[in-house]
Amino acid sequence: MKSLEELKAIKDKMQSTIDLRHEDPAATKVIVAMGTCGIASGAREVLNAFAEAVAENGITKNVMVSQSGCIGLCENEPVAEVISPGKDKVTYGHLTPQKAKEIVQKHLIGGTVVDEYRI
Amino acid sequence: MYRSHVLVCGGTGCTSSGSQQIIDTLKREIKAAGLENEIEVVKTGCFGLCALGPIMIVYPEGTFYSMVQEKDIPEIVSEHLVKGRIVSRLVYDETVTENGIKSLQDTAFYSKQNRVALRNCGVISPENIEEYIGTGGYEALGKVLTEMTPDEVIQTILDSGLRGRGGGGFPTGMKWKLARNIVPNADQKYVCCNADEGDPGAFMDRSVLEGDPHVVLEAMAIAGYAIGANQGYIYVRAEYPIAVKRLEIAINQAREYGMLGKDIFGTGFDFDIGLRLGAGAFVCGEETALMTSIEGNRGEPRPRPPFPAEKGLFGKPTILNNVETYANIPRIILNGAEWFSSMGTEKSKGTKVFALGGKIKNTGLVEIPMGTTLRTVIEEIGGGIPNGKKFKAAQTGGPSGGCIPAEHYDIPIDYDNLISIGSMMGSGGLIVMDEDNCMVDIAKFFLAFTVDESCGKCTPCRIGTKRLYEMLDKITKGQGTLEDLDKIEELCYYIKNNSLCGLGQTAPNPVLSTLRYFRDEYIAHVVDKTCPAGVCKDLLKYSIDPDKCRGCTLCARKCPASAISGTVKQPHVIDQDKCVKCGACMETCKFGAISKN
Ligand SMILES: Cc1cc2nc3c(=O)[nH]c(=O)nc-3n(C[C@H](O)[C@H](O)[C@H](O)COP(=O)(O)O)c2cc1C
Ligand code: SF4
Ligand code: SF4
Ligand code: FES
Repeated sequence: MKSLEELKAIKDKMQSTIDLRHEDPAATKVIVAMGTCGIASGAREVLNAFAEAVAENGITKNVMVSQSGCIGLCENEPVAEVISPGKDKVTYGHLTPQKAKEIVQKHLIGGTVVDEYRI
Repeated sequence: MYRSHVLVCGGTGCTSSGSQQIIDTLKREIKAAGLENEIEVVKTGCFGLCALGPIMIVYPEGTFYSMVQEKDIPEIVSEHLVKGRIVSRLVYDETVTENGIKSLQDTAFYSKQNRVALRNCGVISPENIEEYIGTGGYEALGKVLTEMTPDEVIQTILDSGLRGRGGGGFPTGMKWKLARNIVPNADQKYVCCNADEGDPGAFMDRSVLEGDPHVVLEAMAIAGYAIGANQGYIYVRAEYPIAVKRLEIAINQAREYGMLGKDIFGTGFDFDIGLRLGAGAFVCGEETALMTSIEGNRGEPRPRPPFPAEKGLFGKPTILNNVETYANIPRIILNGAEWFSSMGTEKSKGTKVFALGGKIKNTGLVEIPMGTTLRTVIEEIGGGIPNGKKFKAAQTGGPSGGCIPAEHYDIPIDYDNLISIGSMMGSGGLIVMDEDNCMVDIAKFFLAFTVDESCGKCTPCRIGTKRLYEMLDKITKGQGTLEDLDKIEELCYYIKNNSLCGLGQTAPNPVLSTLRYFRDEYIAHVVDKTCPAGVCKDLLKYSIDPDKCRGCTLCARKCPASAISGTVKQPHVIDQDKCVKCGACMETCKFGAISKN
């Protein structure tokens, strides 16, 4: 037998799964470029780091992490763009999983662009 | 933690076009690419666009792929899932715009819809209770058990204005109230779910059961609490194997999680649900026949009163609701009666699911707010009628309903409007007909269905529908008289007024409504001995225009009955006695020399 609290716990656990399947035009998008060059320089690890950090911090409702093809900034790979509705696009380069986590904390949660990783 | 989900439709439509193989291949390819810990493959219920199946949607991007083939999978994996490059040739063309790809929600098919009953279909895995819980599932049950009295639950349903979606449109709250109060101190009551769905061409209930089975279980438990029952039965036709399997899985998971069984949420409330499979007789969808069938007897209706609320299953107070009716309940509890009653028209609240079929581009499943016009449903959501043909009529309510002709194209769809023009809401089958459909033939088709499905218990239905059918048959063969039309009408009313159950009482409706709106077509059959739509074979005559015929001999070689004769380069002729009216010659002729009338 489950209690109401246990039901709530399952719901919370599933939240990021369900959020992933809703398209919210107001959500901030983090788009990691996954061209061949990007993948070679570690874009997949960066993509996964973004996705995990967003889920861990419980902001899947407001942030969508996805991927795109090569965006032509190969010398700066891995590259990610952060697009918030109504704001200028911010492009980060030379990313690592660690930097991705930092961007989630400072930019996506804190609201401050991490200038040192910008390109 | 998966960064991306690939949802593949596992509804009946897409399963029959190979979605299970697609899922297997997809999983294999994802594993081969080393992505199995990053990308989850989810088998869902119907998305609604069944005509474009198999359907696949990739999140978080929301890329909607249609008509996916197994051979396309390696490309989708290597391009889209690995490199983030959308495979544009497979994307649903309505989502492709000049500026890239737009959201599915913005397409004509989805933007006018409002998904309440179907909200989880195509969104969650129906075989995983945790996904249902993730969307707020079983919260409504928790709420009624811990915060509301049964009377408050019933009042909420009454206030919402919800009416039965199985066809009759009886207010659901009223039904529950009767079952709660009519027999004081009843020792046992039952909650039943009608998942028989016998209307040919309808698959709304099947899609809910396949896509979101838990919503029905949750609603039935809520109903059980409201009326004071602790046992439920779902009566589902055995011809729905996927729905049956998912229901079995769902019931087992719900028991395992304590959402069914003893002492739910520690409140002392017990409720359990059993499945009963029907053999697919249309009459078993009628409430008293359904209960008789659950009791283990032959599914024949019995007279009402007594109504099920007083003496239903096993003689105990019982409520029976339709699948879609139940699918609305948990949201009404969570969002409130006002939220629900803000949608729809004055007397028809909420939304209605329709299965679009016949001459329409987007055959599939749609859910629209009550009050949406037929034109919007067909032209915008349904994508219109293929091949530039003209809309002639739409049949709602299947064999119990009637047709809506072009003159009522702009009628807002709700219970009362449809009744007032001689049709009915029905359970949600909506069959579109164009200028090539013969209305006498349509009436005959539905009547053939009821003749077959009449249980035979009462004479007006058993014999009356048969005689009615024979008269229609006579007309389509060019042997009818004007007198027959009057006799038909008279017999229709006789059957309606004297049949025991709804099957017989509504069987004449397709005849009456086509007579009402398309009498001239009947008259053409009877007086002019022609079928204006060119459907009734016995009234057709194929002929060759000697001025246009070049004597190419193509038709003569094609004719299966050797009915065409003529010499090369000379006009050919058709021997009407031999012609079997297959139409092959007309299709073959390159010079348009052959016509039918
Ligand atoms: C011949 C006949 C067939 C019916 N078939 C169905 C059916 O397949 N599904 C259904 O929900 N209701 C069907 N009904 C209506 C049921 O008798 C009943 O009114 C309905 O299930 C009540 O649920 P609701 O109030 O939620 O609509 C049928 C009625 C008749 C007369
Ligand atoms: S009306 Fe038809 S289906 Fe209904 S009881 Fe009579 S014979 Fe049977
Ligand atoms: S309609 Fe068929 S049977 Fe008749 S003449 Fe043409 S091909 Fe022959
Ligand atoms: S069955 Fe797949 S979209 Fe309907």
